[in-house]
Amino acid sequence: MAEMVTLSIDGREINTPAGTTILEAAKDANIYIPNLCSNEELTPYGSCRLCMVEIAQGKRARLVASCIYEVADGLEVKTNAERVLNVRKLVIELLLARNNKHPALRKIADELGVEETRFPVEQKGCILCGQCVRTCREVVGVSAIGFSGRGITRKVATPFLDFPPDCIACGSCVYVCPVQFIPMKEEKDVRTIINFDYPMQKCTKCGRYFAPIKQLEYFSKTTGLPLEHFETCVDCR
Amino acid sequence: MKKVKTPEELKSLQEEIQNSRDPEKPCITICAGTGCLTYGTQKLIDNFNVEIEKQNLKGKIEIRASGCHGFCERGPLVVINPQNIFYQRVGFDDAEEIIKETVLNGKIIDRLLYIDPLTKEKIFHEDEIPFYKRQMRLVFGMNGNIDPNSLEDYLAVGGFNALIKVLNGMEPEAIIEEIKTANVRGRGGGGFSMGQKWEATRNAPGLPKYIICNADEGDPGAYMDRSLLEGNPYLILEGMLIGAYAIGSNMGYIYVRNEYPLAVKNIMIAVEKARELGILGKNILGSGFDFDVVINRGGGAFVCGEETALISSIEGRSGEPRAKYVYPAERGLYDKPTNINNVETWANVPLIINKGAEWYRSIGTENSKGTKIFALVGKINNTGLVEVPMGITLREIVYDIGGGIPKDRKFKAVQVGGPSGGCIPESHLDLPVDFDALSEVGSMMGSGGMIVMDDCTCMVDVALYFLKFLEEESCGKCTPCREGVHQMRLILERITEGNGKEEDLNTIEWMGKAIIDGSLCALGGTAPNPVLTTFRYFKDEYEAHIREKRCPAGICKALITYTVDPETCNGCMVCARICPTEAATGEKKELHTIDQEKCIKCGACFESCKFDAVKVS
Ligand SMILES: Cc1cc2nc3c(=O)[nH]c(=O)nc-3n(C[C@H](O)[C@H](O)[C@H](O)COP(=O)(O)O)c2cc1C
Ligand code: SF4
Ligand code: SF4
Ligand code: SF4
Ligand code: SF4
Ligand code: FES
Ligand code: FES
Repeated sequence: MAEMVTLSIDGREINTPAGTTILEAAKDANIYIPNLCSNEELTPYGSCRLCMVEIAQGKRARLVASCIYEVADGLEVKTNAERVLNVRKLVIELLLARNNKHPALRKIADELGVEETRFPVEQKGCILCGQCVRTCREVVGVSAIGFSGRGITRKVATPFLDFPPDCIACGSCVYVCPVQFIPMKEEKDVRTIINFDYPMQKCTKCGRYFAPIKQLEYFSKTTGLPLEHFETCVDCR
Repeated sequence: MKKVKTPEELKSLQEEIQNSRDPEKPCITICAGTGCLTYGTQKLIDNFNVEIEKQNLKGKIEIRASGCHGFCERGPLVVINPQNIFYQRVGFDDAEEIIKETVLNGKIIDRLLYIDPLTKEKIFHEDEIPFYKRQMRLVFGMNGNIDPNSLEDYLAVGGFNALIKVLNGMEPEAIIEEIKTANVRGRGGGGFSMGQKWEATRNAPGLPKYIICNADEGDPGAYMDRSLLEGNPYLILEGMLIGAYAIGSNMGYIYVRNEYPLAVKNIMIAVEKARELGILGKNILGSGFDFDVVINRGGGAFVCGEETALISSIEGRSGEPRAKYVYPAERGLYDKPTNINNVETWANVPLIINKGAEWYRSIGTENSKGTKIFALVGKINNTGLVEVPMGITLREIVYDIGGGIPKDRKFKAVQVGGPSGGCIPESHLDLPVDFDALSEVGSMMGSGGMIVMDDCTCMVDVALYFLKFLEEESCGKCTPCREGVHQMRLILERITEGNGKEEDLNTIEWMGKAIIDGSLCALGGTAPNPVLTTFRYFKDEYEAHIREKRCPAGICKALITYTVDPETCNGCMVCARICPTEAATGEKKELHTIDQEKCIKCGACFESCKFDAVKVS
C-alpha cells in the first residue's frame, strides 16, 4: 500500500495515496476542476493551464497545474481562488478564440461565466492540448504525429498532410481529441483519417472488416506472432 | 605541458610561470573579443607580429590577444603595459608607430587616446577612463590580462589557486557552506541561491549527478556570458571543477549557443589543455576526484536557455520546458540530480573560494552580493559590458559609467533584465541594483540586459517591440503564453495604429497578470513585464494613444503628421529632395508643403531639415 497523505481541498480534508496528483485527488473527492489536456492514460503534461489551483504550504501561496502537482501532507488547495479564476477565464477566452463552437469549450466557458471571448476569433479547431500526440507516442507507441512550429504557429504536424509512414491507422488520436478535430470515417473496407485511406482487413472467418491492415502488421511486428494470427477478428479468434 | 599530479605540483608550475615573467617587460594587449574582431582586429594583431619580427624584438616585447575588455564600442582596443596606456579606435597601420613611439620611446600617440565626451579631456590610462572607473571588474577584469587560449596566462594571474585550495583538503560540505555564506544568487535570471542548489543536488539521492553550465544566452543584445567564455574559459572550468567536487559530480556539460563560434572554440581548447595538464579527467591532482566536461551546442531558440528545456535539449528531445514542481536538483538530466548554473555564476566561484565568503559578502546589498555584469546599450554615450557592485544605483550606471544620454536629450526609462524585463522610469533612477529592489518595481535582474531610452521613445511602441520578440520565442506549449502574448501583441498593435479602445486598458492589465500566473515556464511568466511596467509608469501614453489618437513621442506612424512650419521654412528644398514619395514639395526659397495623402511618414524630411522647420504632431 502506498503511503497516505492528508491535504485539504477547498477546506475539505482529504486522504489520498502519495503520488496522486491534486486533480486526481479532487476528482476522487467529487471536487470538479476543469481540465483539457490531462488524461489518466498519459504522462502529465500541463499545457492547457485550465486546471490551475492555488496552493499554500506554510505562508506562501502560489498557482500550480493540478494535473501535475502531487499531493503532500498539509497542503492547502483552493480550486476557486480569485487568481485561479482569472487564469481560467483568460485560458478559456484564449481557447475560444481558436474554437468558439465546440460544446466542451462552451460548457467550461459557461461554468466560468464567460459568454464570449473578447479576442478576435480565428477558427482553428485544434486547441493544442497535445493529447493526440502523446497518445500516439505513449499509448500506441509509434510517434506518427508531433508538433511543428513554435508559439502561435504551433501545429499538430499531422502526418496526414504528407502521408504518415508510421501511422497504423488505429484511430486513437481521433478518439482522444477533446474537440473532435481529427476526422475519421469508415466505409466497409477503407478507414479514412483526414484524407488518407487505409485498407481494412477482412476477417478470414466471419468476413467482417474489423481493423486496418497496417495496425495488424504493427501488432504482428511487436508481438512476434505471425500476421495470419491477426487476420481473424477478435470474436472469431 | 607535463601532467601535474598533486596540488603542490600545480602550485609550483604556477610559481614557475609567474617567476619567469618580468612585470616590467613591455606587453601589448590587443582586444580580440568578438566585438573588436568585427572591426578587423585580426589584421592589427598580424601587423604587430610582423613588426616585432621586422624589428627583431621577439622575446623583448610581448603581444597578447585577449578577450573582451567591455568597451567594444571604442574598438579596436590596445593596452600597453606596464604603463596601462589605453589606445582606442586603433587602425591596422598603427602597429608600427605604436611599437616605435610608445613601446620603445615612451611617447604617447595623441590621436589614439580616448577623449572624455563630457570634459573633453584626453585620458592616458585604462583605469582612469570614467567608463571603467566606477566599475568593479572582479570577474570580468581578468579578461584584459590573459590570452584565452593560454593556460599559462591563466596560471600567471593566480588561476587555479581556488582549485588547489579545495583539493588541498577542503571538505565538500565546507565548500558548500562557504558558497551559502557568500549568498551568491544565480546570474542567469532566476536569482536563486547557488549554495542551496548545490546542497540540494549533493543531498539528492541518485547517481550519477550532473552539473551544467548554461551558456545559451539568448537575450538579443546581451553578451556577457559569451565574453566570459571567450575571454576567460579557464575561470569557468575552475568554477565548475569546484562545484562538481562539492556536489559529488563527475560529469559536466557546457551548453553553449552555436552562434558563438569563438566561445565554442576557446572553451574546447581550454578543455583539451586542462585534460593534458591533468586538471580534467581521472584522479585530478591525485585527489581521487574524477571530472570531465562535454560541450553541447545549443540550437539557438531563446527558450532553450530555460533550464528544463535545456535539459531536454541535451537529452536529444525538443527544447520544450517542463513543469518544474520537482527541481533539477532532484530530477534533472536523465532524471538524475543536476545542478545548473549560469556562466557568470560559475565564474564567481573561484573568487569566493580564494578570498572567502566574508569578503564577498562585504560587496553589495543585504540580499544581493558581489557584482553583476550588464550589457549597457541604447541611448547612452558609452555602451558596452559593465561590471558593477550590487547596490550601485541605476543613476550611477547611466550617468557616471554610461556618460549620460547622447545629444543631451532627456532620460526617459531604462529597461533592465532582458526582453521580459521591466521599464524603470526616472523617478526610480536612484534604485539600487538588487534582485529584490528590481522585482519590486516590476522589473528584474534577469540576465543583465540594460537598455537606456531617451524622451524620443514611445513606451507603447517599446512594449510592443519586446512583446513581438517574446511572441516569436514562445515555444507554444501552454495556452497563456502562446495565445495570450499573441493576443496582447494584437491589442498593442491596434493601439499604436490608432484603433485602441477604452476597454483595452483594463484588458491589458488583467490579462498581463493572468499570463504571469498561468504560464508554464518563466518565459510566459515574465513576458507581460514590459507591458505592465510601461503601463504602470507611462499610463498617460497609453491613454493618449487610445483616447486622443496621439503618440506623445511622435513615433507611432499612424498617429503622427509631418507639417512644415511656415515661419521657419526658408525653402532650401532639402525635404523635397529627400522625400521618397514626392509628398514634400515647393519652389526654391518658397514655403514647402507636405501632401498628407502621399506622405508615408518615413520621417526623412524631419531628420534632414537643418532649420527644424518640419514638425511632428
Ligand atoms: C526563457 C528563458 C530563457 C533563459 N535563458 C537563459 C540563458 O540564456 N542563460 C542562463 O544562464 N539562464 C537562462 N535562463 C534561466 C535558467 O532557466 C536558469 O534559471 C539558470 O540557468 C540557472 O542558473 P543560475 O542559478 O546560475 O542563474 C532562462 C530562463 C528562461 C525562462
Ligand atoms: S491513427 Fe496514426 S497518428 Fe493517430 S494515434 Fe494511431 S498511429 Fe498515431
Ligand atoms: S488535434 Fe485534438 S487532441 Fe490533438 S492537440 Fe489538437 S485538440 Fe488536442
Ligand atoms: S510559458 Fe511560453 S515558452 Fe514557457 S512553456 Fe509556456 S508556451 Fe512555452
Ligand atoms: S515624412 Fe517622408 S514621406 Fe512624409 S513628407 Fe517627409 S520625407 Fe516625405
Ligand atoms: S489539465 Fe492541467 S494543464 Fe491542462
Ligand atoms: S570585444 Fe574588444 S572590448 Fe569588447
